[in-house]
Amino acid sequence: MTGKPASGTTDLAVIGGGLHGCSLALQAALKGLSVVVLEKDSIARHASGVNAGGVRRLGRHPAEIPLSLASMRMWHEIEELVHDDCGFQVSGQVKVAETEGEMGNLRLRAEQLRSQGYEHEVLLDGEELYRLLPALKRGCPGGLACLDDGFAEPYRTTQAFRRRAEALGVRFLEKTRVLSLEARCSGCRLSTSSGELEAGVVANCAGAWAARICEQLGEPVPLEPIAPMMTVTQRLPFFVKPVVGTTGRLLSFKQMPNGTVLIGGGHRGRAEPQHNGTALDFRRLIRNVQIAADLFPSVRGARIIRCWAGIEARMPDDIPVISRSSTASNVLHAFGFSAHGFQLGPVVGRLMSELIVSGESSLSLKPFSITRFQRDRPAATS
Amino acid sequence: MKTVDLAIVGAGPAGMVAASEARGHGLSVAVLDEQEAPGGQIYRAVEAVAAQAPERLALLGEDYAHGRRLAENFRVSGAEHIDRALVWQLEPNGLWYLRDEVCHELKANRILLASGAIERPVPIPGWTRPGVMTAGGVQILLKSSGVVPDGRVVLAGNGPLLYLLAAQLLAAGCRIGALVETVPYARYLEAVPHLPAALGSGYLSKGVRLLRHLRSSGTRIYRNARDLRVEGEQHAEALCFHAGGHEVRLDSDLIVLHEGVIPNQQLTRALGCVHRWDDGQKCFRPETDEWGNTSVEDVLTVGDGAGIGGALAAEHAGRLAALEVARSLGYLQTRERDRLSTSSRRQLNKLLQGRRFLEVLYAPPEERQSPPDETLVCRCEEVTAGQVRTAVRTGCTGPNQVKAFTRCGMGPCQGRMCGNTVSAIVAETQGITMEECGYYRIRPPIKPIPLAALAAAEVDCELDDVAQ
Ligand SMILES: Cc1cc2nc3c(=O)[nH]c(=O)nc-3n(C[C@H](O)[C@H](O)[C@H](O)COP(=O)(O)OP(=O)(O)OC[C@H]3O[C@@H](n4cnc5c(N)ncnc54)[C@H](O)[C@@H]3O)c2cc1C
Ligand SMILES: Cc1cc2nc3c(=O)[nH]c(=O)nc-3n(C[C@H](O)[C@H](O)[C@H](O)COP(=O)(O)OP(=O)(O)OC[C@H]3O[C@@H](n4cnc5c(N)ncnc54)[C@H](O)[C@@H]3O)c2cc1C
Repeated sequence: MTGKPASGTTDLAVIGGGLHGCSLALQAALKGLSVVVLEKDSIARHASGVNAGGVRRLGRHPAEIPLSLASMRMWHEIEELVHDDCGFQVSGQVKVAETEGEMGNLRLRAEQLRSQGYEHEVLLDGEELYRLLPALKRGCPGGLACLDDGFAEPYRTTQAFRRRAEALGVRFLEKTRVLSLEARCSGCRLSTSSGELEAGVVANCAGAWAARICEQLGEPVPLEPIAPMMTVTQRLPFFVKPVVGTTGRLLSFKQMPNGTVLIGGGHRGRAEPQHNGTALDFRRLIRNVQIAADLFPSVRGARIIRCWAGIEARMPDDIPVISRSSTASNVLHAFGFSAHGFQLGPVVGRLMSELIVSGESSLSLKPFSITRFQRDRPAATS
Repeated sequence: MKTVDLAIVGAGPAGMVAASEARGHGLSVAVLDEQEAPGGQIYRAVEAVAAQAPERLALLGEDYAHGRRLAENFRVSGAEHIDRALVWQLEPNGLWYLRDEVCHELKANRILLASGAIERPVPIPGWTRPGVMTAGGVQILLKSSGVVPDGRVVLAGNGPLLYLLAAQLLAAGCRIGALVETVPYARYLEAVPHLPAALGSGYLSKGVRLLRHLRSSGTRIYRNARDLRVEGEQHAEALCFHAGGHEVRLDSDLIVLHEGVIPNQQLTRALGCVHRWDDGQKCFRPETDEWGNTSVEDVLTVGDGAGIGGALAAEHAGRLAALEVARSLGYLQTRERDRLSTSSRRQLNKLLQGRRFLEVLYAPPEERQSPPDETLVCRCEEVTAGQVRTAVRTGCTGPNQVKAFTRCGMGPCQGRMCGNTVSAIVAETQGITMEECGYYRIRPPIKPIPLAALAAAEVDCELDDVAQ
């Protein structure tokens, strides 16, 4: 496990032990490949272990919807896949409209999805909204919901994928940083902080640090490390079941099975990926808490136990890179999940493993190609 | 928002002296403390007691009364005293605090942490039951409201503070059923080489006086006690232990546990200061230079929060830190700083040498570093030592993984009560040192704050909601 030197050869080397790295490792092992996961810190140390755990199809970017739907089916059977229920709960996810104007936007969204043949997002009128959310402040005209969405426990989930993969023979090397990558037509040579490794295929699942590897491959990407912030309260009596989001402001709000309330939504602190750190920005965090207190007045009396941030990779168009390298045929990328990659974890690993084994994936990954930025670049600099 | 030259967290001896000294050199100073009045742990409520309950001043002892002068000097120094202010987050050049149910931000060119010590948790089976208190807890009641426990009182553990409390309780008319010492006999031999330095420091004669007093009062003293545990269903009913070849069971209404004090690391950890394991004091402490500078720029820490030295040492260290801050902000030449510091530096060194004897003699017994499986380690989330061991054996390589896996340390106390024990168990199970093992990453707020108080904070910049 930890501290063992990296050496030898393997079919697949995965850089990064977040959910995406672990999910890919598991799927590749299920398909019979030998796999090594290289993690510079410890498994689930970063975004995958500290995120809000939202398992949400609601409000997805149109390009992500097919993946998100497929991943959701996997979430509903997660225990079969990883032998752990990952704390997954079907609670529903609701996006609240606070004004008629926002309600109009939600209606547009619902129509747009229906015209594309999707039915997972449903409009709620005021009455339905308050039936789901009796503790919500008065006066909201309605909302949009995915009633089969929910949430899970991020650290536990990522560890469950890891354990299952380990049981299938995957080797996890923690405290092992990939320093450089040399791709040749016959395979790749990885040099790590604890030795050298040969791999047939390499997957870059390095989260906020993924751009370094792209640079080494000669395909730089406009990745921005961001640090979304979270706040958790003491345990409270149960007052809200679904995960709640807003339409015009940034908020994500949910009550965990143990009664604590988790407040987030994308207010950002400062990311310091060079030393694995984040700095909270309390001015923004206060805004976050104000919005929560405004929507759910009953939470005002709660005590805040802890605030934190995690480091995540954001792409300019807010959708990930899930793609073959454009410069090295035996390297793949899956990073840049732009603060909503937890839900996609199960399916992305499966699609990547399909790419590796058969050269093709069962769902189109075209919108997520790394080449989309290469096209953009001249325009951006002009 | 205004900016002060120096913000000091803690109005104990270290903070009070540092504030007075810094004001003397012309710095603008704000001192924040959770308590209503200056004094810190040792001189808690000293002004009020002196003014309103002089008889209590006498029974708390002459060392306690010494605090009056420090408080007087501090009051006239011109430092701004922000009382009842809980500092819950530090940032480079600023801090956040809670006062009167509203959160505020304060900017400072330098920050001095003088936030003192906490009692070392004594995790024995049953220690979380009602009817068990810490010596500090009992002492706070005594100092701030004159409350004396009644019924069958048993004191157990070791360290100067336990004997001091015993003497204070006796003076206040409390009967102490027994004192159960957890000092292994071997420790006396180990401590002997440090005796000469201790003789010079005055600690020893004080200790001997306390012990004699205790014995003459008829308190039963058990020595070399081990395998401590609290029995009782809902409420603690008895303290059980092994001493002198016998299994002893002492029925008790109140069990007071204490095994010394350790730096309160929450603020320095949350800020990211480098910490080292101090094998002499058996605790983590922030790494500092001889002036109190931490590894984080513009942040200093002195007093018991930087390493246990006692109240007098805290005063001298506070003065040295203030001189250093005055120098670094241009109020003093380096030469003047050095000249003004010689006396405090000398006395500080002498006091610290004298402590070695106490550190060796009263090091926590080994069994505390390795509590039995059934012991609750984390009282907030109710995690046992056995659960922590299992987590380590199934792949949690450090305290933070144990935390993520078991929720140990995720409750309202933010790991203050379980941090050291969890690190000790992880280190033991993995066969690594405490230094290698490390400690929880501490997240703000370092103590729970009301959500409404944070929502009520004034934010002086415009933030647009969506675009960032
Ligand atoms: C606070 C927060 C809340 C969020 N909430 C949600 C949510 O509710 N729902 C949702 O769907 N998503 C959410 N997300 C997003 C989600 O957490 C991420 O999209 C997802 O976890 C990304 O997984 P990953 O494996 O790509 O990255 P990570 O988990 O960051 O893993 C990447 C790993 O690669 C390692 N690594 C990097 N470089 C190297 C190297 N050179 N050598 C070895 N190892 C390396 C890193 O140490 C890291 O462990 C949230 C994110 C944050 C930060
Ligand atoms: C419970 C307890 C009782 C003690 N009693 C005695 C005694 O009777 N005699 C003795 O010789 N020694 C006693 N000690 C040892 C004592 O710590 C030192 O002798 C001395 O008080 C150290 O001085 P200091 O200035 O470093 O810190 P302290 O005197 O501890 O002062 C620190 C101050 O910082 C404040 N503070 C801490 N954190 C925050 C925060 N986040 N926000 C705002 N304020 C904060 C506290 O309220 C406190 O007033 C006691 C220690 C403890 C833990």
